[in-house]
Amino acid sequence: MSFYEVVRFALRGLSANKLRSALTMLGILIGVAAVILLVAVGNGSAKAISDRIEALGTNTITVMSTGRGGSSSTALTKDMADALVDPVLAPDVKSVSPVVSSSATVTYEGTDHDVSSFVGTTPGWFTASNTPVGQGAGFTADDEAQGRRVVVIGQTVAEELFPGVDPIDKQVTVGGALFTVVGVLDEKSSTGFQDANDTAVAPLTAVRQVLTGYGSLNSILVEAADPDKVDAVQSEVSTILDQKLNVTGTTTPYRIQNASQLLATQTETADTFTTLLGAVAAISLLVGGIGITNIMLVTVTERTREIGIRKALGAPRRVILTQFLIEATLLSVIGGALGVAAALIGSSFEIVGVKPVIVPSSVGLALGVSIAIGLFFGGLPASRAARLRPIDALRYE
Amino acid sequence: MTRPVLDVRDLKKIYGQGEATVHALRGVSVTVDRGDYVAIMGSSGSGKSTLMNILGALDIPTSGTYLLDGVDVSRLGDRQLAMARNRLIGFIFQSFNLIPRTSAVANVELPLAYAGVKPKERRKRAMAALDVVGLADRARHEPNQLSGGQQQRVAVARALVTEPALLLADEPTGNLDSRSTDDVLNVFDQLSSSGRTIVLITHEPEVGDRAKRLIRLVDGNIVTDQRQSPINQPPVGAFAGRHSL
Ligand SMILES: Nc1ncnc2c1ncn2[C@@H]1O[C@H](COP(=O)(O)OP(=O)(O)O)[C@@H](O)[C@H]1O
Ligand SMILES: [Mg+2]
Repeated sequence: MSFYEVVRFALRGLSANKLRSALTMLGILIGVAAVILLVAVGNGSAKAISDRIEALGTNTITVMSTGRGGSSSTALTKDMADALVDPVLAPDVKSVSPVVSSSATVTYEGTDHDVSSFVGTTPGWFTASNTPVGQGAGFTADDEAQGRRVVVIGQTVAEELFPGVDPIDKQVTVGGALFTVVGVLDEKSSTGFQDANDTAVAPLTAVRQVLTGYGSLNSILVEAADPDKVDAVQSEVSTILDQKLNVTGTTTPYRIQNASQLLATQTETADTFTTLLGAVAAISLLVGGIGITNIMLVTVTERTREIGIRKALGAPRRVILTQFLIEATLLSVIGGALGVAAALIGSSFEIVGVKPVIVPSSVGLALGVSIAIGLFFGGLPASRAARLRPIDALRYE
Repeated sequence: MTRPVLDVRDLKKIYGQGEATVHALRGVSVTVDRGDYVAIMGSSGSGKSTLMNILGALDIPTSGTYLLDGVDVSRLGDRQLAMARNRLIGFIFQSFNLIPRTSAVANVELPLAYAGVKPKERRKRAMAALDVVGLADRARHEPNQLSGGQQQRVAVARALVTEPALLLADEPTGNLDSRSTDDVLNVFDQLSSSGRTIVLITHEPEVGDRAKRLIRLVDGNIVTDQRQSPINQPPVGAFAGRHSL
């Protein structure tokens, strides 16, 4: 008999128990969709992170102190930052921004808000760190020199303290001192757990005076004149710093972070994350596969008598085996295809703040695995039943 | 009528091992010629079903030879066995054994499908077979919408649709009331009149009386084998009680 007719037998077999077939397919659907979608979410967040790091500017490097506690020999000082602005020793440096930061409580008319990152720096930081001011203006070099208490706040701070009010020129209290809000930062996309918009930026002199004191800097952001010059800047900076700090050995008391290096490590982290998500999803696919196996076992056992009847009527082993294999394959193929469709639809939405980006190989893998599971575990009980002598199949209870 | 449809020699069947050994058949030899209508009778456990399953190529004997239409069944592989069951044998079970949730006509078509008959031709022959058993108007009904007697007549239609050399029936009326029994037996009488070879098992004497030949089985042995009416004439039942056909 023709293959087409065996397929029709298989379809009739599946439709004889519609609910069961539908539930089995649902299991596979969820498994396949979960694999594709979760991998897409992992991939999407990796993309978002690298986009953000690239937006942050791959033409900057960040100098940080490795010593904790700020002993005077290892701490970064304003003096060092000034020394980096040197057209002779560091010709490729475009700007240098010393940075101090701490958490601080900002109060406006009795409303408190804890800002996780209250930054004190110089005006060059806004462009170097790719943090444009949306509303109002940033502070000027003059503000910085005079130690004027002006502040540019992030979106979250603006929403918390000034709901429905224009924050510009309002006075807020920080660490017992009054600061005038001169600008609001553009909305930044957040990745990870920290809210990038929960920030405030003020002149270095003012922040040191009010909040952090005149100890060491947290970091120094150095901008290269050209993205290709980042590595040159890095060596120029380390030469100057080594001189300043009298470094003789190979271990330096500071660390230079380069945005492109950061990108590499972040990508690695994101890949781990994707793998983890994929593994979780793979488990759900496996569960779906066990569902198919289970149903095929039940189906074949329940229909062993029917197999006996068919054999008594003259069905060869191969035809019976083919029928059950096709039933199992149809379950997994239809379930898998619907799963792919569900994942494609799902990927057009943002999931936990991430725009999923489908990885084509995950589609192939998820489909392939579900079909293989269906074939293998559906085929096993079917081939056992097809080998039975008709009378044994007929007697089967 | 040179070679018998069915020729078994010294057939033995032993079930189980050791303590639990059961000698279901202890050396049965019988030949059945084309056109014969044989009833096998015997008490429960005498080995009737065991013999029938071997004759239907559903089971294999422990020893002995079985020639079906001249072919040694023990030498056949899976495909050839399947073909023998399909083309040479029509088997009717006591418990009907229709495929559930499948219409009567689809059930009757099934052997034709396995024989590779085209769908159109298949439908025509299945309807013709249903007509023979008087159920053409129930073709679309599923087994659970049919009475026991009707289900068994569908099973008879399914058994004869491939025009097999041999119709085997294991207590075909065992699960039926007297009215349905009559319906089914009338079909057998009619098939026998048209020259079909039939072997059936029964424990009801009135069923055995209608056959042309009666074999009695006791404890796995044939004890009597008597001819009741000539092989080349219609069976006695064909003259009476034809009301439903
Ligand atoms: N599958 C089996 N396994 C073990 N013993 C069996 C099996 N089938 C039948 N028997 C035994 O073989 C004997 C003959 O059984 P069977 O052919 O069914 O008798 P009948 O159909 O005449 O009632 C009985 O004693 C029965 O218990
Ligand atoms: Mg029996």
